[in-house]
Amino acid sequence: MVEFEDVAVDYGAGDLLAEVSLALSPGSFHFLTGPSGAGKTSLLRLISAEIAPTRGRVRLFGEDPAGMDRDGIARLRRRIGLVHQDCQFLDHLTLAENVALPLLAAGHDPAAASQDIAALLGWVGLARQADALPPTLSGGERQRTAIARAVIMDPDLILADEPTGNIDWDMSLRLMTLFVELNRQGKTAVVATHDLALIRAVKAQTQARVLRIAGGRVALAGADL
Amino acid sequence: MLPAALRSDTPAGRIVPPSGAAARLVPLTSAAMALLAVLAVAVALAAGRIADRWETGLAGTATVRISAPPDQMAAQVRGAIRVLETTPGVTLVREMSPEDRQALLAPWVGGDLPLDTLPLPAILEVVEGAGGVDAQGLRLRLAAEVPGAVYDDHSRWRVPLVQTARGVRTAGLVALGLIGAVGAVLVAVATQAALAENLSVIRTLRQIGARDSFIARAFVRRMTLRTAGGAVPGALAGAVVLAMVPTAPGGLLDGVAPAGADWLWTLAVPVVAAVVAFAAARVTAFRLLRRVP
Repeated sequence: MVEFEDVAVDYGAGDLLAEVSLALSPGSFHFLTGPSGAGKTSLLRLISAEIAPTRGRVRLFGEDPAGMDRDGIARLRRRIGLVHQDCQFLDHLTLAENVALPLLAAGHDPAAASQDIAALLGWVGLARQADALPPTLSGGERQRTAIARAVIMDPDLILADEPTGNIDWDMSLRLMTLFVELNRQGKTAVVATHDLALIRAVKAQTQARVLRIAGGRVALAGADL
Repeated sequence: MLPAALRSDTPAGRIVPPSGAAARLVPLTSAAMALLAVLAVAVALAAGRIADRWETGLAGTATVRISAPPDQMAAQVRGAIRVLETTPGVTLVREMSPEDRQALLAPWVGGDLPLDTLPLPAILEVVEGAGGVDAQGLRLRLAAEVPGAVYDDHSRWRVPLVQTARGVRTAGLVALGLIGAVGAVLVAVATQAALAENLSVIRTLRQIGARDSFIARAFVRRMTLRTAGGAVPGALAGAVVLAMVPTAPGGLLDGVAPAGADWLWTLAVPVVAAVVAFAAARVTAFRLLRRVP
């Protein structure tokens, strides 16, 4: 599903990532960990084709984004559900409208999917806040809304970048449960977090593997985690 | 009824937050531009009409002015008429009556002047056929047979006047083009500002799989509607100004206000403004969106 071949990323100050080779198979669950600035976000941005590798090659769903035009990349991104730490909502739209945005962007009629949207908001426990505006929500509510938005298009791959960065432990576990649930439904998940305790708590619930980024290299973490 | 692509109340139209100082200035500038455009259109049309009128109304006509002592005047007039009637290309010769000459002089010397006490020249009106006359040959014949006659085909003052009117029309059209260009630049700047202001919205939309055309449409729709929304009252204000122009026949501003179907051009101004805004906003939006990954 996602393949990296000797990928390097250099923003102009030397390689942030180097010689990264990895393959994420369909239905897998990966945690991505490492200290701040290690390159977790860059690796996720490579996967979502937001940046191109300085060297090497990235293949996503069997295709190389480097050879695609902007419409092709947009089409590719519809198969990816993104959850950011800051959620990136359109604050003037309601929760339901924000969740419906990917449908709208893909040319679907959100009104036709109103039941799906309501069901998704119910699944993340926000059915009653459907008409609320994002700035009125708590951190946990925002993250759960972001997860609902990420899965409205029934994507093959879920990418989450520090989704628990601004929320308490209980809510973090609750969010992780949602990712685990999605993974059990067959979706590939990559969750970047520096919170090792959270990884340890969730790892037991699923067959998650942990990729550790350090010194620009990505390696599979072992029993030392 | 607006097409769906231009309605701001559609879900896609709401993705852009309803804010932006630059965008709010668009209706105002659009109104001013539309007013100026309507006036420029009116000036260009009026100048064109005047040029056509002078060209077609005076082309094919000439006058022969005869100055002679009173006792020779009648003989000279008869001689000139004889020459003209035997000149190929002349279809009609008519001596201007004292009343007509009185009317010609009235604007300068008043209507109660006793013309018979003044040594005024006789004037013959000449109407030429489609092929015109050999002006040089006619002048030579008149000089030989009627020494006091001077042939004037009006070209000496008609041509510069027509050229001036055409120049005014061209200036009006150039002004119209400049108004359109400035309007396009303003819309482009406003679009650029709106895009910069909503960069986070655009990034989010790109990340969830929105194509550039989808994102651009929201901005282009808003700019087009705001431009049209300003251009309609602006054009109406311009039309009101034109309707108030004095139209007394023979007056200084006679013919400046549009007449009949020419009013339709004022209706076209908001439509053209919207089309220009649509194009400017679309080109700007696509150019800037390419910078967002």
